[in-house]
Amino acid sequence: MSTILEVTQLTRSFGGLTAVSNVDLTLEQGELVGLIGPNGAGKTTVFNLLTGVYPPSSGTIVFSSPGQTQSLGGKAPYAICRAGVGRTFQNIRLFKQLTVLENVMIAYQQNQRYPLATSFLRLPGFRRAEDEIREGARELLRVMHLDHVADELAVNLSYGGQRHLEIARALATRPTLLLLDEPAAGMNPTETAQLTELIRQIRHDFGLTVLLIEHDMSLVMQVCERIYVLDHGIVIASGTPDEVRANPRVIEAYLGEEVDHA
Amino acid sequence: MKNSLVRQALMLWLPLVATYVIVLLLVQANIIDAYMQVTLATICINIVLAASLNLITGFTGQFSLGHAGFMAIGAYSTALVSMRWDSVFGFLGGLLLGGVLAALVGFLIGLPTLRLRGDYIAIATLGMAEIIRILLQNFEFTNGAAGLSPVPQYMDWTWFFILTVGSVMLISNFIRSRQGRDAIAVREDEIAAESIGVNTTRSKVLAFAIGAFFGGIAGGMYASYFYVIKPEQFGFLKSVDILVIVVLGGLGSLSGSVIAAFLLAIISTLLQPFPGVRMILYALLLIIIMIFRPQGLLGNRELSLRLLPRFGRRREAAASGTEEA
Repeated sequence: MSTILEVTQLTRSFGGLTAVSNVDLTLEQGELVGLIGPNGAGKTTVFNLLTGVYPPSSGTIVFSSPGQTQSLGGKAPYAICRAGVGRTFQNIRLFKQLTVLENVMIAYQQNQRYPLATSFLRLPGFRRAEDEIREGARELLRVMHLDHVADELAVNLSYGGQRHLEIARALATRPTLLLLDEPAAGMNPTETAQLTELIRQIRHDFGLTVLLIEHDMSLVMQVCERIYVLDHGIVIASGTPDEVRANPRVIEAYLGEEVDHA
Repeated sequence: MKNSLVRQALMLWLPLVATYVIVLLLVQANIIDAYMQVTLATICINIVLAASLNLITGFTGQFSLGHAGFMAIGAYSTALVSMRWDSVFGFLGGLLLGGVLAALVGFLIGLPTLRLRGDYIAIATLGMAEIIRILLQNFEFTNGAAGLSPVPQYMDWTWFFILTVGSVMLISNFIRSRQGRDAIAVREDEIAAESIGVNTTRSKVLAFAIGAFFGGIAGGMYASYFYVIKPEQFGFLKSVDILVIVVLGGLGSLSGSVIAAFLLAIISTLLQPFPGVRMILYALLLIIIMIFRPQGLLGNRELSLRLLPRFGRRREAAASGTEEA
């Protein structure tokens, strides 16, 4: 196993608030790792730092893709995506007025380029390239069980469907590292169980490393091999699900400190 | 597969060629008289203006208030070049130069301003158009406020047809391509678009420059038809006029822009007999349309022959859905 992501002393402050403070985080190739913590712990901020939405205040993010090791800190989001980091959003961010298929096609076409003249003049190769993009996108819809709604507008999908579509779109960028921000939020237990299975499957089929933020503890404990616990922007614990579950600091962060009445 | 392609091409070209031939005959028989020809020219120019602004504002989501500026660049280029080389090549050369210059200005203005969001772009583009207008008013070679005349008239129905259909088709091809979908993704959600690898700044600047190019072409069409061009014709109000067509037709609908350009020209013509209240009625009509169709006449849909089988598919899908249930 080799290290795919190495985050060292990652810090981000907004004005006087330090949202993420000296976070160290390492992902090995092929791992499925959870990032948990109470509301406002800084989990999504970590994702936003990893994907370039904000530049880090300090610290380094080193990402290794096959044949290349690069620093992601300060890079633009699209460049980080092209390096091989895909993500989904906690507050779903689909292209709502486009069809399900178009949503995935736009992600897929980033690796299927053809020149501007081909677009304007419908030169030979346009139709073939477009067919490849469409078929590639359809294939991903099949994987995410969305092929039957391919021509619906994204906004008309159920909540669970929209979350699936976010993953399909992220997969279409052909990532090696996939960041899932609360993929099961708003789902019922049955849907969550199905999603858990699906996440395992796509990790295997696409050879992914997955880092996921999740509130649903059953999902995290079942699916994740290792867990990082964040509280007030600081990593307070890490380890296997069992280790984390038994850690008094984690219990304290989630349930509050025991009050001595004596 | 091949058959349906041929059919699609026929369905597109047959009505277009028929329109061209019929209007040509009507013009030659003088049934479309000189006055109606001016209306026809205005419609064609407005179609190109609205389609190109729709690419920027409707499809890419960048609110631009400076389209008249690009039009002015195209108009002055065409006028200056064709006045010096009074031939069809001078006209076409000037037209192309106008488009390229407008695109270049669009690129240079877009690069810094399109990093801004929303309202800031509107103000920046408004400022740009005003700067262009004032420069044209003060340059020696543009003849200041008096403007340029006479501009040799090369625009006739054939050129209007070729340039209008050609522009709309090229813009439509762009929108239905990889680069066009990127632009639409920027409109839908910029952060999501970045996260899936779309270079949003590049995408916006590209759409802006292409829109500017065709705005310039429309300006050239204008100059070469109306003999006289003055800086004041390309002021803020002209930009708003174009925006009205785009919004009325529907942001993100090319066919909407085409229909709205027609409709506004017809309304405007019908109101000619009432000069006193014309602008009031025009404004009232716009308000009424916007109340009943706030998304514009066509919303963000396209009028297309392909819609019919699509509705059929929807119904089939709905039917199979109920069977499953």
